Amino acid sequence: MAPHDIRRPFKRAAISDQQKRRELSLLRQAQNRRDAQQQARCLASSILSLQSAAPESQPEQSDTEIETVPESEQESEAFSKDLDVRQASKLRGPEVRKWFARQLMLPEWMIDVPDRLAQDWYVFARPAGKRCFVVSSNGTTVSRQRNGSILHHFPSALPAGAKIRDGSGSAQSYCILDCIFHELDQTYYVIDMVCWNGYSLYDCTAEFRFYWLNSKLEESGACNAPSHYHKFRFSAVPVYNCDSSGLYSAYTGVVPYAKDGLLFYNKHALYQTGNTPLALVWKDENCSQYVIDTDGKGEIPSQQQVVLELQDDRKLVTSDDPPVLFGCLDGDIIEKSGLHTGNLLRFAIGDGGLSFADGKLEKADLIYLGKSNRARAFADSYSKVLFQFMVRHSPLKIDDLLASINSANDQEKTPSDIEMVG
Amino acid sequence: MEVTQVLFNAQSIDGTVRKNAEESLKQFQEQNLPGFLLSLSGELANEEKPSETRKLAGLILKNALDAKEQHRKFELVQRWLSLDATAKSQIKACLLQTLSSPVFDAHSTTSQVIAKVAGIELPQKQWPELIGSLLSNVHQIPAYAKQATLETLGYLCEEVSPDVIDQDQVNKILTAVVQGMSASEGNIDVRLAATRALYNALGFAQANFSNDMERDYIMRVVCEATLSPEVRIRQAAFECLVSISSTYYEKLTPYIQDIFNITSKAVREDEEPVALQAIEFWSSICDEEIDILEEYGGEFTGDSDVPCFYFIKKALPALVPMLLETLLKQEEDQDQDEGAWNIAMAGGTCLGLVAQTVGDDIVPLVVPFVEENITKPDWRQREAATYAFGSILDGPSPENLIPLVNVALTFMLSALTKDPNSHVKDTTAWALGRIFEFLLGLAVDLPIITQANCQQIVTVLLQSMKDTPNVAEKACGALYFLAQGYEGEGEPSPLTPFFQEIVQSLLTVTHREDVGDSRLRTAAYETLNEVVRCSTVETAPLVLQLVAVIMMELHNTLESQKLSSEEREKQSELQGLLCGCLQVIIQKLGSSETTKYAFMQYADQIMGLFLRVFACRSATVHEEAMLAIGALAYATGADFAKYMPEFYRYLEMGLQNFEEYQVCAVTVGVVGDISRALEEKIVPYCDGIMTQLLKNLSSNQLHRSVKPPIFSCFGDIALAVGEYFEKYLMWAMSALQSAADLSTHIAGDDELVEYTNSLRNGILEAYSGIFQGFKNSPKTQLLIPYAPHILQFLDGIYMEKDMDDMVMKTAIGVLGDLADTLGNHASSMIQQSVSSKDFLNECLSSEDLLVKESAQWAKLAISRAISV
Repeated sequence: MAPHDIRRPFKRAAISDQQKRRELSLLRQAQNRRDAQQQARCLASSILSLQSAAPESQPEQSDTEIETVPESEQESEAFSKDLDVRQASKLRGPEVRKWFARQLMLPEWMIDVPDRLAQDWYVFARPAGKRCFVVSSNGTTVSRQRNGSILHHFPSALPAGAKIRDGSGSAQSYCILDCIFHELDQTYYVIDMVCWNGYSLYDCTAEFRFYWLNSKLEESGACNAPSHYHKFRFSAVPVYNCDSSGLYSAYTGVVPYAKDGLLFYNKHALYQTGNTPLALVWKDENCSQYVIDTDGKGEIPSQQQVVLELQDDRKLVTSDDPPVLFGCLDGDIIEKSGLHTGNLLRFAIGDGGLSFADGKLEKADLIYLGKSNRARAFADSYSKVLFQFMVRHSPLKIDDLLASINSANDQEKTPSDIEMVG
Repeated sequence: MEVTQVLFNAQSIDGTVRKNAEESLKQFQEQNLPGFLLSLSGELANEEKPSETRKLAGLILKNALDAKEQHRKFELVQRWLSLDATAKSQIKACLLQTLSSPVFDAHSTTSQVIAKVAGIELPQKQWPELIGSLLSNVHQIPAYAKQATLETLGYLCEEVSPDVIDQDQVNKILTAVVQGMSASEGNIDVRLAATRALYNALGFAQANFSNDMERDYIMRVVCEATLSPEVRIRQAAFECLVSISSTYYEKLTPYIQDIFNITSKAVREDEEPVALQAIEFWSSICDEEIDILEEYGGEFTGDSDVPCFYFIKKALPALVPMLLETLLKQEEDQDQDEGAWNIAMAGGTCLGLVAQTVGDDIVPLVVPFVEENITKPDWRQREAATYAFGSILDGPSPENLIPLVNVALTFMLSALTKDPNSHVKDTTAWALGRIFEFLLGLAVDLPIITQANCQQIVTVLLQSMKDTPNVAEKACGALYFLAQGYEGEGEPSPLTPFFQEIVQSLLTVTHREDVGDSRLRTAAYETLNEVVRCSTVETAPLVLQLVAVIMMELHNTLESQKLSSEEREKQSELQGLLCGCLQVIIQKLGSSETTKYAFMQYADQIMGLFLRVFACRSATVHEEAMLAIGALAYATGADFAKYMPEFYRYLEMGLQNFEEYQVCAVTVGVVGDISRALEEKIVPYCDGIMTQLLKNLSSNQLHRSVKPPIFSCFGDIALAVGEYFEKYLMWAMSALQSAADLSTHIAGDDELVEYTNSLRNGILEAYSGIFQGFKNSPKTQLLIPYAPHILQFLDGIYMEKDMDDMVMKTAIGVLGDLADTLGNHASSMIQQSVSSKDFLNECLSSEDLLVKESAQWAKLAISRAISV
């Protein structure tokens, strides 16, 4: 039994560079394997969702900018087969506008109170600001507004959101967030999460998406103060169950941002692109500066204004699917103003207002004002026109919402089956 | 057979005679194992035989019972166990008899053989009388018999695990051993043998160390032995203390003051081998406390299995001066001698560990020593001061250290250029390296390196690379950490302006005439690698230029011909460094699209060079070249297909290299890289690769650590080739199933648990790859028959409760993949499994990000599968 060697490394690094190279190789291989698996798992499903989210490319043919180049239609058809959000973030021009405009979930305006508000819905105060999609991929982050124009191009702490480290970051990783950019504190308030780190959340319920949003966003460091690699702060918004206390908190609670109404999300609804009645927006003067629509100069026009789309047969319709007919435009106006099918046109609602029969719009007193701003991608939705109309005439008040929750509570208390205990 | 003569011949100086003798021994062993062992043990026991042949007989016996290679060892054990019982008991009787032989060679070899037999038989509950008869020997009169018996007990404790021997016998062994150690034992050899035996027996003494009286007794005897007049006994006794410090740390409180007195006397006055052990005692206490405190830091609860007694913190005021004293006892040329280990080195190392243990508290105790000695005329004082400063840089808080460093830096830079003593310069360069290693890249108000001093630092380091080889090596080391300090910063590094100059200087170092005799060349290439790894976008064009330079160097190594074996070894080593450097460059340039594109112009040439490096050897492949090819495959992607026809044979060769299992493991990893790069283009090579991988799995000669990566590699291939994997499905699944069965019901030490987890991970990655590979193919139904077993496997590992986060993540991912690929075919199976409920829920609420993510994936996939 010889003496035991007790030599320790002296003036030496504890690990050899060869061992380091081996380990770095293993690390890279493990990362690549993860990427390959993740790609197999996720990309397919998110591409599927994106495709199915954009099946109705037909109505969009009305977009003149596209129609003028007939081949591009086919191209974009083929293109959409391999469409991947990361490629989408590289799209240019009208393609972008078209693509992104279709990807956001657009809440309808609340024109009546849904049932089971307290059980099935969330509520939160909507930040005032620019609604946008934030896509992080390949070491950079891009935010695009509803019309597809780029708001910011910046590094962020979102997964794949900045170029850091030695490229070991996953190439397939990307995120898509549904955000509102709040100018005052230069913060992106995340109101929904569509994809996170390569995982598609399109097929997930709002309940799950909000849970995921709250846990992931914080973990990623995206909520940290801005720094060199993280130019803008992200923040989640407080979301409440829409019972009376939740509704009250969302309505009156102090938040770090200026409120622009309340958003209601159905807990069981998947992320559905385009207009959906499973997300609703409601506002009054207490929780929004912008209850009544303003014109281009920021002033409230004396008459309500609406934007409608001109169809083939001179029909004026909303952006809903199916579109709601508001009336027909005189042939001579079309000729005089050089209007085309698909143009978005601005109208005022005259003293005749809107008249309804059996809960359906029967007649609208429309006064033609001119073409709408080119930056607009869509006509107004039916619910928006109606909400604005109600605001000017007989608004839906917060008390109505609270009352509806309370009366539902009363109903809950009505006798149900009694369990026998003998 | 006349064994004595053959054994004589086996030691002949005549090669032919020796070879013949060895051959006939081998034949004897193969044809008649019991006869062979019996005659060897007879030879060993026969007092009339010469001691040389008895000793050799003993050694051959020992080698017939044990081997280094696991599979060979297993074979030998099985052979012994299946031997005829009569033969075995005859052999064992011979052995016990020989233990009392007065011939030293005979009894000392025998004690080792007995321990080997015990190592095989005791775990099988055989040879129950062994320990009893050994213990009765202890009371024999001849001291040599007593000594041999105590040695046997020591070896035996080394050989068998504590749970094999019952406490009653443990008590008796310890009593005999400790009695043999005590001062009343008059014979020095007996006392030494007992002390060394205790070293091995300490692991058996758990119960005895919990008993105050017994522990006091053992500790008293050990401490007394450290005062023995015989230096070997003192050394062995300190070795026992070192072992006790880690095994029974929590029992040391009552003795620590005495131990401090003993060790500090030994450090100051005793002979070096003893003093080194005495210092090691404190280093070992530091190791323990660092581990405990690290665990404290990791857990917020603060309840660790072992409480920290802060022995180091308490001993600090006396311990640090003692260690500082040792620093002044340097040897003249210790920096030139790779194998040197002396009291100054041990003391300095211990000081560094103390700093890590106590942090800030050490600073005021060391700084006065540094200040007092750093400018003294005696180089020993300047070196000791510098070493002391360097060794406390890891541990105390940066806030505490940075002001000191800012003061010291200018002085150190000037010492590195101007000090007349090479030893001082060596240590100064090392200490600068420590500053960069521990104090760069921190978010502090006062950074150590500024635009102002960066130029000077770089200039001094590059200048020192022209100094003696040992100083130059440390300067390279300092530069390594300087570069590392700016890794991943992204912002223009302050080193960027010097990049060209640094690279040029490092290349110059690699061409120094005296570079071959030291680690210098390796250090220069390692530093070059780190400089490349940490380089920024601005210097990418310069890294690209480096490709051609390193390629030329590699090309030059291939030109020399007719090399001696020593030259060949040097060539291979240099090729390793150059391939390593190319690997780092490829990985760097391959990580961004623009640089990758520019790099691709060299891909053909580089691959050509790698193939030539492979061709330099006949039977093995070069590990570094293989690693570099993995990086190249990743960078080139599908284009790598064009290299496959030529490369394939080396790939196969690498997979067949069982001896150098690292090479095999690296090659398996490269197969994964190539699969991902080539995707379905790998199909033509799959037959060969899969056959070899399956062969490797069934071999018991391949190091087990390679098997998990082989399974992962199945997954890589399946994912790459999709339903084409059908061809191998049956074989792969059956290999996976049997490995899966093996990896569930296990119990064992941490190492086994860790291995099992890596095995599970490999198996699970294979399943993931196979499921994802078959997804959306018309052949998914082929996988349905395997689903029940896989779900059972998942349930099984969940029940075992010993998986780590990695396995958890992969396992729950497999559940998702299974659901995703099989859809409603598997929905009822999935719903019945525990994994889809408890396991999934547990993963969903996991703290680990990756686990949670995989679980979300699984949840999603399952809900889809069920809803369809």
